[in-house]
Amino acid sequence: MRPLTPVSRRARIVLGLSFFVLFVAVWSVATFGGFVRPIFLATPIRMIDEGWRLMTRFGFSYDIAITVWRVFGGFVMATVVAVPIGILMGAYKPIEAFFEPFVSFARYLPASAFIPLLILWAGIGEMQKLLVIFIGAVFQIILMVAVAVGSTRRDLVEAAYTLGTGDGGVVRHVLLPHAAPQIAEILRLVLGWAWTYVIVAELIGSSAGIGHMIVDSQALLNTGQIIFGIIVIGLIGLISDFAFKALNRSMFPWSLA
Amino acid sequence: MSHVVVEGVSRTFPGKRGGEPTVALSPIDLTVERNDFVTILGPSGCGKSTLLRIVAGLDDPTTGQVMVAGREVVGPGPDRGMVFQSYTLFPWLTVADNIAFGLRRKGVPAAQQKEIVDFYLGKTGLTKFGKHLPKELSGGMQQRVAIARALANDPDILLLDEPFGALDNQTRGLMQELLLKIWEDDQKTVLFVTHDIEEAIFLASRCIVMTARPGRIKADVEIDLPRPRDYHLKTSAALLAFKERLTEDIRAEAIKAL
Ligand SMILES: Nc1ncnc2c1ncn2[C@@H]1O[C@H](COP(=O)(O)OP(=O)(O)OP(=O)(O)O)[C@@H](O)[C@H]1O
Ligand SMILES: [Mg+2]
Repeated sequence: MRPLTPVSRRARIVLGLSFFVLFVAVWSVATFGGFVRPIFLATPIRMIDEGWRLMTRFGFSYDIAITVWRVFGGFVMATVVAVPIGILMGAYKPIEAFFEPFVSFARYLPASAFIPLLILWAGIGEMQKLLVIFIGAVFQIILMVAVAVGSTRRDLVEAAYTLGTGDGGVVRHVLLPHAAPQIAEILRLVLGWAWTYVIVAELIGSSAGIGHMIVDSQALLNTGQIIFGIIVIGLIGLISDFAFKALNRSMFPWSLA
Repeated sequence: MSHVVVEGVSRTFPGKRGGEPTVALSPIDLTVERNDFVTILGPSGCGKSTLLRIVAGLDDPTTGQVMVAGREVVGPGPDRGMVFQSYTLFPWLTVADNIAFGLRRKGVPAAQQKEIVDFYLGKTGLTKFGKHLPKELSGGMQQRVAIARALANDPDILLLDEPFGALDNQTRGLMQELLLKIWEDDQKTVLFVTHDIEEAIFLASRCIVMTARPGRIKADVEIDLPRPRDYHLKTSAALLAFKERLTEDIRAEAIKAL
């Protein structure tokens, strides 16, 4: 195989799907073949069966909606706060010097470890779930956006100055458009992480959501339901990722190779 | 009053990682009259780009100062347009929007912007490419857009850092004539860095030869060839005489620089 040579669209889809097939095949052999006891791992058929019951009888779509809402709520809150701060840090070095050490420190504070504190502060309502995602996402976005803005090509900035652009104009008309595709990619990445935070938040002190369902199912030793819940999370993540990617591609055609 | 006065300008770059500092320019004095077309020749690394950047206000001299129209240069401004040695089109803007960039910042009305953009698209032979993105253009075409972008802004002083370096000989010749035409019509002060001796003579009213690093001015030759000039001049005996003389100077420096 030659490095970096692209594959055709068809081949890419076939290859991508075949791993899913392989995955299910291994799973089927392990469960139907009796290598793993059903109490630890349900069969694929059983999983689908449980999933169907969840959707039709236990109103699981409501849990899905709640979880999606939490992810997007927390993510939007983090974006609204973090992107402007990141842009200011990337553009103005004194602002960067002011925030950077703290944000770098705060980035390593595990969002899940805040859950007990947040329950204390915000109760077990929606605000607590949103805050977990907010804390998990906000510092990461700030730092990465600052790097993206700060790495704008110097010669483009200089060209803008010689064309009569002022300091504010350089931020608006050079740094921002230059960093915009990278910022969009950063948000796509962090949205993926937000999904893992939300489930953790829902495992503790929650009365609805996919994570809550998973904890309930564990009490009943229903591995079919647990796996169905996990797969639903994966599917939603995949869909939102695809949508995000398509949006970025249509918004920033100039940044594609 | 002279248009550009460079007084004792030197530039030393601090050493990186404990290395020796680089003396890019030793103190230079240079006076350029209004509407002069000055070309600058010199071996690679002798500080030509550095000098241009200091005049543009993009870099600060270590000693000395630059006066433009009697005022000390403290930073870049639209009175000094620059075409860079590297490709510096804004990749997110179309060719037409790149050319209009400076006009937008100045708040020129849209109709007038379009008129100016169309004019320079035509001049640089890029009329069909107005809606293209820079990445869809060849290197030479991108450099033509960069020239159009600088010209559209109508600066008093044009600073050109090897603008035609990426062009083939024919296109280069046409761009030289275009630049001469614009200069003769609009009367601008031009500082033009090049490696090409013939180009330096063909364009210039004055040609400066710099020494190997640290750059100093080695020769300052008035090019009193008749105007208006066209490509016929390139094969004339008068131009060849200048060429012979400057080739000697450059060669000596190039050998030193190696
Ligand atoms: N930002 C910088 N930091 C450190 N050294 C630099 C910097 N810019 C230029 N130099 C050094 O200054 C010297 C002159 O550089 P300059 O770019 O002005 O040369 P030049 O005459 O334009 O060469 P060329 O014809 O190859 O473009 C070089 O030796 C270079 O290494
Ligand atoms: Mg140079």
